[in-house]
Amino acid sequence: MGEPGTKAPLSLEELEASASLRTGRKHVLSILVENKSGVLTRIAGLFARRGFNIDTLTVGPTEDMQVSRVTLTVDGALHPIDQVTKQLHKLVNVLKIRDLEPAETVSRELALFKVNADGTQRGELMQIAEIFRGKVVDVTKRAIIIEVTGTTEKIEAFETMVRPFGLIEMMRTGEIAISRGRSET
Amino acid sequence: MRAVDALMECLKAEGVDVVFGLPGGANLPTYDAFVTGGIRHILVRQEAGGGHAAEGYARATGKVGVMFATSGPGATNLVTPICDAMMDSTPTVFITGQVRTELLGTDGFQEADTIGITMPVVKHSFMIQHPTEIPRAIHEAFHIARSGRPGPVLVDIPQDLSRAEIDYEPVTDVRLPGYQPKTDGNQKQIRQAAKALASAQRPVIYAGGGVVNANASAELIEFATSDRFPVTCTLMGLGAFPATVEGAGGRQTNPQWLGMLGMHGTRAANYAMDEADLICAVGARFDDRITGKLSEFAPRAKFIHIDVDPAEISKNVPAHIPIVGDAKNVLAKLVIEYRAIGADPTRLDAWWSRIDGWKAKYPLGYEDSTDEEIKPQYMVKALYEATGGEAIIVSDVGQHQMWAAQYYDFPAPRRWINSGGLGTMGFGLPAAMGAAVGSPDRLVCGLVGDGSVQMNAQELATCAQNQIPVKIFIMNNGYLGMVRQWQELFWDGKYSHVDMGQFPDFVKLAEAYGVTGMRLTSKSTLVQDMKRAIATEGPVLVDVRVTREENTYPMIPAGSAAREMVG
Repeated sequence: MGEPGTKAPLSLEELEASASLRTGRKHVLSILVENKSGVLTRIAGLFARRGFNIDTLTVGPTEDMQVSRVTLTVDGALHPIDQVTKQLHKLVNVLKIRDLEPAETVSRELALFKVNADGTQRGELMQIAEIFRGKVVDVTKRAIIIEVTGTTEKIEAFETMVRPFGLIEMMRTGEIAISRGRSET
Repeated sequence: MRAVDALMECLKAEGVDVVFGLPGGANLPTYDAFVTGGIRHILVRQEAGGGHAAEGYARATGKVGVMFATSGPGATNLVTPICDAMMDSTPTVFITGQVRTELLGTDGFQEADTIGITMPVVKHSFMIQHPTEIPRAIHEAFHIARSGRPGPVLVDIPQDLSRAEIDYEPVTDVRLPGYQPKTDGNQKQIRQAAKALASAQRPVIYAGGGVVNANASAELIEFATSDRFPVTCTLMGLGAFPATVEGAGGRQTNPQWLGMLGMHGTRAANYAMDEADLICAVGARFDDRITGKLSEFAPRAKFIHIDVDPAEISKNVPAHIPIVGDAKNVLAKLVIEYRAIGADPTRLDAWWSRIDGWKAKYPLGYEDSTDEEIKPQYMVKALYEATGGEAIIVSDVGQHQMWAAQYYDFPAPRRWINSGGLGTMGFGLPAAMGAAVGSPDRLVCGLVGDGSVQMNAQELATCAQNQIPVKIFIMNNGYLGMVRQWQELFWDGKYSHVDMGQFPDFVKLAEAYGVTGMRLTSKSTLVQDMKRAIATEGPVLVDVRVTREENTYPMIPAGSAAREMVG
C-alpha cells in the first residue's frame, strides 16, 4: 500500500479483502454488562433473532456490584464472530466485550455426574474420578455423584469414561474464563 | 412535583414542541400533566397512526418525534411504527403507560409486557422501576434516539410511579458508559479511501438514508463534485444528492445523478454498480433490495463503506476500507484528503461515456395513454409539476411508492418520506400528517395507494380536527398493485385476493371525516386539478383514478443480479 500522506495513489489491487467472516473455532466471549433488569433477555434475544446459537452461557457478579459478567461460547465455524460482537456492542447495557484468545485464557467449568454404581462398579468409578481429580460428593446404594472441574475438553473426556456405567444425569455450568497475566479480562 | 410534571419539564428541556398521543387508563396521570404542561399534544385516532405521525415529523424536521400511548393494546398498536422507525433509523421516543407495579405480571387489565414485546425492535428501552428514575430515563432516551445511528427508544412507566411525588432536579448529563457512538471517522482510513478513489477508473458513490439522517447532503455534494463522481441513492437516500440542478436554461437534470439504484432503480445506476471498480457506500446498508443476488453483486468492485453503525460494515458485503463515523464528519474530511491528491478527472472520461450511453439508451419510460386515462407514472409527473418539485412527498408502500421514487426528481433531502426497510402499508397518511405538523411552512403531499391509505384512514379525523393541511393524493387502481404485479409476473398471472374493487368511495369518506374530497379522472386537466386541490385550505383527500393494471419497471427480479434487469 502507498504511504499515508503521500500523493501516490493506492492501487485497488493492493487492497486486501477483510478477514474471512468465519473463524472456524469456538470463541469464548467475556461480556461486562450493567447489572440492570432485562439485560440477559436483551443478549439472548439478540442471539435468537440474528440466528446465532449460544453453546454455553453463564452469568455472575463481578468485583463491582453495578456490573455483571456474562461468559458465553459460540461456534465461529457457524457464525461470523465479528458480526456477533458488533451487534452485542450495540446493546446500550453492554459495557465491554472480549473475545478471549484460547492460548491466553484460563477457562473452567464445573459438572456433576450421577452414575449407576452398585457395589462392583463403585471402586472403578472412584478410580476414574481420582484420575480426573474429581470428587465423590454423594454415594447411595445404587448411585454415585461425582463433581469434576476443568476445561470443557476434560469434562467431555470424563463423560465418555463414565457413560458406559450408566449415566443417570449430568449437569454442567458452562464455561467461565479469565485472561492470563495481569491485564483485565 | 409529580413525576409526570417532571416528565413535562424534561420534554421541554429536550426542545419538544409537539407530541402525538392517545390517552388510556395507565397514562391518565400523564394526561393530567398535559393540561398544564405547556406542550402541544395532538390527539390521534389510533396509536399506530400516532407512531407513524411521530416518524413523519422526525423525518421532515430531523428532530425527535414523540408518541404517547397507554398500556396493553395502546402499546401493542405501537409495535409496527416502532419497528418501522428501527428499520429506517428514525429518531423517535415512545412513552407508554403501564399497569400499577402491584399488578405487574398478574395479567392485569390492559397489561402487556411492552418492554418484552418491543425489545427486538427498539434501539433501547427503559422500564421505570422507581419514580425518581423518570427524568434521567427521558433524557437518556432522547440522547440515544437522536445520536449515533438514530432509532426508536421506548420508556414504559407504571401508572403508580408516574403520579408519585419526586424532588425534581433538572438533569444536565447522560450517564451511558455502554453507549459511546464513534462519529469522527479514522483519519488514516479516510486517507486510504481518498487514495483508492483517486486511482479508481470506474467509481460510484452509493448514498443512503444515513446521509439524510446526518444532515450531510451539502458534504455529499461537495465530495461528489470535487471530481466527477457518479452518484446513485437508495430509496431512503433520495434527495441527499439533488436529482436536478439550476442551470442556464432553468432547472435541469443533474449530470452526475444516475437515479435510484436497486430493484426498481434505473439501469444506469444498476449497471454502473455492476461494472464499477470502486463503490463508496455512505450511510447505506447493502439491503437485499439493492444487492439482488449477493454473490453476483458488483463483482468487480472494491468497497469503501462509511457508516456510523459499525455492525453495518461488512454485514452483507465485506468492506475493503471500513470507516466508522458520521457521514457529515467523514465526508468533510474525505473531500480535503481527496483534493490534496489532485487526481486527474480525465481518467473518468471513458467511464462517463459508458454511463451516458446507458442513460441515453435506457431512460425511465412508460407508454403514455392516448386518451384521458391517467397512467400512474404520469400522475407522479403531474404532481411534480403541480408542486413545482418543491413539496415534501410522503408515500405509502407499493407500486405508487416506486413510481414516486422514480419520477419525482427530489431536489433536496427531507423532501421524500417513505417506509423503506419495513415496507409498512398505512405509513403514508399519518406520516404526512406528522410531516405537516413539523414543517408548517412547506407544502406536504401524501402520495398513497388505495390499499395502503385504508390501513390508517382514521387519521383523517385528526387532520380535520387540527386543520393539518395535508394534501393526500390516492393513486387508485383498485388493486393491491405490487402484489398483483408479482402474481402476474411470477405466479402465472393467477390473481389471488388482490382486487380491492372501488371501495370505499373516497370522496364520501373524506367528507364524512370533515376533509375536502375530490375525484380526478382526466389526464388533460390533471395538473390544474391537482393545483386546485393544493390551493384548497385544510386537509384534502384526492382520489385519482389511474390505469388498473400497470407494472412498475424496470425491475430486478428478486434473487437476480443487477444486469438481469427486466422491463
